[in-house]
Amino acid sequence: MAFKHDVIEKNSILLLVLILLVVSVGGLVEIAPLFYLESTIEKVKGMRPYSPLELAGRNIYIREGCYNCHSQMVRPLRDEEERYGHYSLAAESMYDHPFQWGSKRTGPDLARVGGRYSDGWHVAHMADPRSVVPESIMPGYPFLAQTPLRTDDIAAHLSTNVLIGVPYSDAMIEMARQDIVAQADPDSDGAEAVTERYPGAVVSNFDGNAAKLTELDAVIAYLQVLGTLVDFEAYEPEANYR
Amino acid sequence: MTLLAGLVLALAGIMGLFLVANAHDGAIAFHGYLFVAFCALGIFWMIKRHYDEAEGTAEVEDGTRYNNAVIRAGTIASLFWGVVGFLAGLVIASQLAFPELNFHLPWTNFGRLRPVHTSAVIFAFGGNVLIATSFYVVQRTCRARLAGDWAPWFVFWGYQLFIVLAASGYVLGVTQSKEYAEPEWYVDLWLTVVWVVYLLVFLGTLMKRREPHIYVANWFYLAFIVTIAMLHIVNNLALPVSLSGTKSYALFAGVQDALTQWWYGHNAVGFFLTAGFLGIMYYFVPKQANRPVYSYRLSIVHFWSLIFLYIWAGPHHLHYTALPDWAQTLGMTFSIMLWMPSWGGMINGLMTLSGAWDKLRTDPVLRMLAVSVAFYGMSTFEGPVMSIKAVNSLSHYTDWTVGHVHSGALGWVGFVSFGALYFLVPKLWNRQRLYSLALVSLHFWVATIGIVLYITAMWVSGILQGLMWRAYDTLGFLEYSFVETVEAMHPFYVIRALGGLLYLIGALIMVYNCWRTIRGDIREEGRIGAPAGRPAVAAAE
Repeated sequence: MAFKHDVIEKNSILLLVLILLVVSVGGLVEIAPLFYLESTIEKVKGMRPYSPLELAGRNIYIREGCYNCHSQMVRPLRDEEERYGHYSLAAESMYDHPFQWGSKRTGPDLARVGGRYSDGWHVAHMADPRSVVPESIMPGYPFLAQTPLRTDDIAAHLSTNVLIGVPYSDAMIEMARQDIVAQADPDSDGAEAVTERYPGAVVSNFDGNAAKLTELDAVIAYLQVLGTLVDFEAYEPEANYR
Repeated sequence: MTLLAGLVLALAGIMGLFLVANAHDGAIAFHGYLFVAFCALGIFWMIKRHYDEAEGTAEVEDGTRYNNAVIRAGTIASLFWGVVGFLAGLVIASQLAFPELNFHLPWTNFGRLRPVHTSAVIFAFGGNVLIATSFYVVQRTCRARLAGDWAPWFVFWGYQLFIVLAASGYVLGVTQSKEYAEPEWYVDLWLTVVWVVYLLVFLGTLMKRREPHIYVANWFYLAFIVTIAMLHIVNNLALPVSLSGTKSYALFAGVQDALTQWWYGHNAVGFFLTAGFLGIMYYFVPKQANRPVYSYRLSIVHFWSLIFLYIWAGPHHLHYTALPDWAQTLGMTFSIMLWMPSWGGMINGLMTLSGAWDKLRTDPVLRMLAVSVAFYGMSTFEGPVMSIKAVNSLSHYTDWTVGHVHSGALGWVGFVSFGALYFLVPKLWNRQRLYSLALVSLHFWVATIGIVLYITAMWVSGILQGLMWRAYDTLGFLEYSFVETVEAMHPFYVIRALGGLLYLIGALIMVYNCWRTIRGDIREEGRIGAPAGRPAVAAAE
């Protein structure tokens, strides 16, 4: 070898620096452009940040590790579009910190599960999955319906999201504690304001227990909004070609 | 130095107290107490050792006083976490076959236990093996004592604390949901501190070396340590909601977050589970075979091409997703190219046995090491195949991926670790040889059958489910509902759990064998591979 590898082998700092340089290239070339190429995230109508109740539900979804078995990413393949609906867009997870695309479908994809099943179905399914789907191997989560939802820090959750780029308005942060309760109580005064601030939000007594705001309310609110926000009537893939 | 180490511990203890005092949730209060306990015990131990001069008896080999005590601790930790990790795997495999085992409880559901399994095997078992072997190898190949007095111990115990924080967090529902990077922000920060000290210890030892050249195994270890630091920091960038609460939000969102995660995730495989363990291969295979590495030049090409190409392969985890097409294609291309350096490394490892092939018959430790390299070759061929988009459209989201990971994890990472541990235990405890080579052979066969059951079950279930998802009936409708495909998985999940059980039994045999070796027992047994029917001539060398 004309090139003397000895030089590197005899200098630990040179070896260290060269390793760092060599392993940096791939990530820089592949990841950095995603932050500035405009074609990365499609222009769509309807995307908005999660409502406080949906966000709280999402955090429970993360806490219980649902992503270990459920993807949220419909691929543009014929069978997947027929089974789950329109293929997923990058825009649909633009406010997902972190993303929940998943890597395994031990259970079905959930990217478009919103509106597919009734709240009542979800209540029964969460308490004991095999009561509605006998062949299911999903764990039961009966404790969600018993656990009161923590709401005292929800405004802090929203303002943390603002710092990393999610466009919550000051009003949304200020009203977060009211909104998180109102979305699960269709008869409340604040219910209408929730749908004004968060268009397309489902207002419902999700867990069927009007007396108490539970973690189950939040999880179902999150599941019911999944994949329902983007207006596909108005979506033109060609508009995103560059 | 002692004072500095004590100060670091005191500072960490104060931060632990802060977490306890201001705890925003129960989990962080518990973790605060763990921090405080860790620091209090650490300071107590430092004071005790200060007045306890008997500690640190000189162990001189080739004129160098090596630090073996921390490696002994690492060896025991590896054995312990190996059993814990395999057991956790068996539990969650059984849950998939028999869902009643989730018990309807938060702390025992699959979603919370799966990260316990993955972190326990990758980071607790694999990480301890890597730390212990790297400390062993770097001292021998540099002929220098490990840098630092307290630093190696801080790395060891700090890393154990990281494991306990991570695993107890998952069970309590503390996770940021990024696969293989689930621990929350404060645990990530702790690991960063530990890892930087690890890098300093390793680098410091390299700088003290009395050999002119840095041996090839150390290139791989160094690349593993540095790259993991880079990946860990970037992928875990997050903003906590409260400085005394567990919850944080990842800095990146959606598509950018996804690629950052799989850039991390694939290179956790590439650098943690491959580069680090190749360091093990480059030291322990030649040592056990008593032959030099096959080709020096191939080592150089292997090293630089492997670390350059691996880092690009992440996007193959995101084929057909909302990740831009150019990134997917780039990731696929580099994943296929990666086949070459992987097999270059495999050839370099296997051909090191040139002239010593007969030892495979008589030395079950070498057999384990050689078979690990063969599994490495197999899974690094399967990987590029699965990264081809057409193949991936079938394999992705199915058990095929799980089977692929386990052929690498059980076959390559597991076996090369077992081989290294079997090599280390007699050396570190100054024993003539292992308690029993027959038990090593038994471990080898039980574990191998376990792996075969595991990966064949996953191939069948993965490909079956992938085909069922896309099957159409004659009228043009999807033939199977999703849950019908779940039902079809049941027999394979049972077989898989059985394979895992065998692998766990193998590990328990190893623990028993190592324990007896450490005690100083030697089992009288005939030579393995001696011709049948003839009485054994003499106990092995």
